[in-house]
Amino acid sequence: MENQMENQEFLADKIRTQEYQLNMGPQHPATHGVMRMILQLDGEEIKNVEPVLGYIHRSIEKMCEKSSYKQIIHLTDRLDYLSSHMNNEAVTLLVENALGIEVNDRIKIIRTIIAELTRMASHQLWWGVMGMDTGALTTFMYAFRDRELINEIMEETCGARLTMNYNIIGGLRYDIHDNFVKRVKEFIVHFKEKLPEYDNLLSNNVIFRKRTEGVGIMTKEQVIAYGMNGPTARASGFECDIRKKLPYSAYGMVDFEEVLRTEGDAFARYKVRIDEMWQSMNIIEQLIDKIPEDDFRMKTKPIIKLPKGDFLQRVETARGDFGVYAMSDGGKNPTRFKFRSPSFANLHGLNKMSENTKIGDLVVNFSTIDVVVPDIDR
Amino acid sequence: MSYFKDIFNAVKTLLTGMKITGRYFFVNLFTRRDVITVQYPDNIDTLKMHDRFRGEVIMGHDENNMHQCDACTICENACPNGTIEIIWDKEKNPETGKTQKVLLNHIYHLEMCTMCGECIEACPSDAIEWGQNFHHVTRDRSNLTKSLNRPESILNPNFVKSKK
Amino acid sequence: MILELLNQFMPAEVAFYVELVIIAVVYLGVFALLGLFLVWMERRVAGFFQLRLGPNRRGPSGLFQTVADALKLVSKELTATEGRDKFLHGIAPYFVIVAALMALSLIPFSAELQAFDINLGVFFVTAVTSIEVVGIFLAGWASNNKYSLIGGMRSGIQMISYELSIGMTIVTMTVLAGTIQLSEIVEMQRGGWFIWTGHIPAFIGFMVFMIAGTAESNRTPFDLVEAESELGAGFHSEYSGMGFAYFFLAEFVNMFIISAMAVTLFFGGWLLPFEIGADIPFVGAIIFVVKTLSVVFLMMWFRWTFPRLRIDQLLTLEWKYLIPISMVNIVVMAILVWLGLTF
Ligand code: SF4
Ligand code: SF4
Repeated sequence: MENQMENQEFLADKIRTQEYQLNMGPQHPATHGVMRMILQLDGEEIKNVEPVLGYIHRSIEKMCEKSSYKQIIHLTDRLDYLSSHMNNEAVTLLVENALGIEVNDRIKIIRTIIAELTRMASHQLWWGVMGMDTGALTTFMYAFRDRELINEIMEETCGARLTMNYNIIGGLRYDIHDNFVKRVKEFIVHFKEKLPEYDNLLSNNVIFRKRTEGVGIMTKEQVIAYGMNGPTARASGFECDIRKKLPYSAYGMVDFEEVLRTEGDAFARYKVRIDEMWQSMNIIEQLIDKIPEDDFRMKTKPIIKLPKGDFLQRVETARGDFGVYAMSDGGKNPTRFKFRSPSFANLHGLNKMSENTKIGDLVVNFSTIDVVVPDIDR
Repeated sequence: MSYFKDIFNAVKTLLTGMKITGRYFFVNLFTRRDVITVQYPDNIDTLKMHDRFRGEVIMGHDENNMHQCDACTICENACPNGTIEIIWDKEKNPETGKTQKVLLNHIYHLEMCTMCGECIEACPSDAIEWGQNFHHVTRDRSNLTKSLNRPESILNPNFVKSKK
Repeated sequence: MILELLNQFMPAEVAFYVELVIIAVVYLGVFALLGLFLVWMERRVAGFFQLRLGPNRRGPSGLFQTVADALKLVSKELTATEGRDKFLHGIAPYFVIVAALMALSLIPFSAELQAFDINLGVFFVTAVTSIEVVGIFLAGWASNNKYSLIGGMRSGIQMISYELSIGMTIVTMTVLAGTIQLSEIVEMQRGGWFIWTGHIPAFIGFMVFMIAGTAESNRTPFDLVEAESELGAGFHSEYSGMGFAYFFLAEFVNMFIISAMAVTLFFGGWLLPFEIGADIPFVGAIIFVVKTLSVVFLMMWFRWTFPRLRIDQLLTLEWKYLIPISMVNIVVMAILVWLGLTF
């Protein structure tokens, strides 16, 4: 044993190795858009990851300060485009709470159903891309098969597939389409049948297990220290679901479970999202038959002015805790508008996760924190 | 012993995965039943979008080439992106003798539109609405700047302005 | 056959060289067509796996799509990085393609259709295919790109390791066959395919061979060399136009060669069971190609189902599982042959 140690030291003296930098992105298949990471590598081993942001910065916060509250809503579609409905909801809830508008149950329930559908669509896309990042290209199309049905429902009711822009201050832009309830029910039946397929294809696959289990472990303390949230943090046992903690819309009326795991590795992060899809279906099933007859829109003033002061609204998007903060001087536009995006917070943990792992693990870790780059850069 | 058990389980999970993909392969090979893609340019004539689909903003005209826009410019102000420009003139109404605004051109820059719907929401006369056209491909950017009112069209004299 | 024909109207020496040239040209044609066909097949098969149709516009079932793609690649400008090693960068694709071509010449399509039937067949194939790693390594090194370099290093590790278990599986089968000439190995299987006569060890050998063969031809789940989501395109990131096309075609032809070897060693080459259709000319070649394409399909099936391994897991799989298994397998096979327990 000692001999071996000596030998190694001797070799290390003779063969000089050197760390090198690798520039991953901004155009790289694994970076999900335009993000750049500077990797410090020792052979295949990662010593340091430094994300470089700003490649898709559009100064949305500044644009919001120039816009009226009605106009702000559609800008939030463009942050985390996969949770566009929840982003819209955050702004509408902020304004409604500030103005003291209480929307009726119909609006609340429809908003919640659409939010859960969006969450599922987002997780489906993530699952497909997760498979692709680990090399199983077929998962992507299977995920899109199921996601397409949600998109169809959205298109029929909201008029668009991705940037739905369905919430307006004081209600919804349109009433739900006549087919909505039927189609959602059909989708639930379809997806309950297909979700086990996801497990058989990827979650149980021995190669995938080996790639994710024990990779990128974050403890609960680390997760809290890095300010991570959403499914990524819940995989380490940190209870942070805003739907449970600060119920908004119709989440107070339903009974669902906050998915928690304790392992904190990549597989736990993966599994949390899969289980969240089951919970989303559970929520929708509870609500879909309970949509009361009522107006889909409350009366609001034509020009919306917030009272003087600051306001904060948090919602749970597919990626985690999305916060909107507005400072108003009583005028038509906010004087300061700030978003707290979950992807940005989650990205902080990437370096810690990837310490002393291989390049392949970085891709897995990056995929399991599930960031959307426009949400980071805004 | 666990060495062999590992191998056995690994092979089993791999075969489960192969069973799923294999089933889809053979179904698609013989029947094309599970194929989810559509053959896009081929079905362009039959492809119908949902009624609410937001493809572009259009202005409705009736059979007499009349529209309902009285050039109030509310939509222009409601738009977050400066997509709409209203070009108008003052003209004397031959019947009543009053001067009123007349729409010359309702310019719509499709390339800047985010399909947010604020203009349609704001329009007091319901003059503009959503069009379901999605095929905006063009070789020249300038084709995307459109005039929404048709040439020679006039304001419908007997429309009722809603009180939005 | 060709030689006799030529001998009628030219001197024997000239005829010999002319024959060589003809065969070379024929094989180049076969190589290109095979490559294009396999690329088309892969895309079409992938399409069906992924609930799509795959290429379906150019020609019947999109058969000419890959031809069009090849034409596009030919007409493309060759670009390269600054500071590359010009000579090595230029020569690397030829290593790969020449190795693939040489191996192809040994494949016994049927009793008559084999360009180069030497008595060292099996060894020659393994020897020649291992030249390929040199080409890939050179491409990675000479490109002056870190992604290519990582890809090249990975290929070195991967292909050299997996060569071992391929070699050992081949030895297992030659123990059963008693010869290493490819055409004779096939002839030995007239009584029954080796996968049947060799039963358990042959079956294990087949599994090992398929795994190692997939790794040899750098395909998912072992495509670390060009791992798309990690390295972009790996060792051929910096190749454009035909340089890229050579690597691409060679990869597919290699897949064909591995499958052809599997068919020769385990599934009786051009033979059908019970001597069906043994005397119709050229039916052997068709049977052989059909069998090979089935094995190729199996490899495609792997590719479109499995995720990719990580580099250390790749080595664990080889050194902890495949090599011990194939070593034991040789011994088992030898004992079986010794005791006459084969069918
Ligand atoms: S849809 Fe929105 S962006 Fe487009 S013209 Fe109307 S207000 Fe402007
Ligand atoms: S389209 Fe409507 S809002 Fe715009 S100018 Fe005409 S009447 Fe006014």
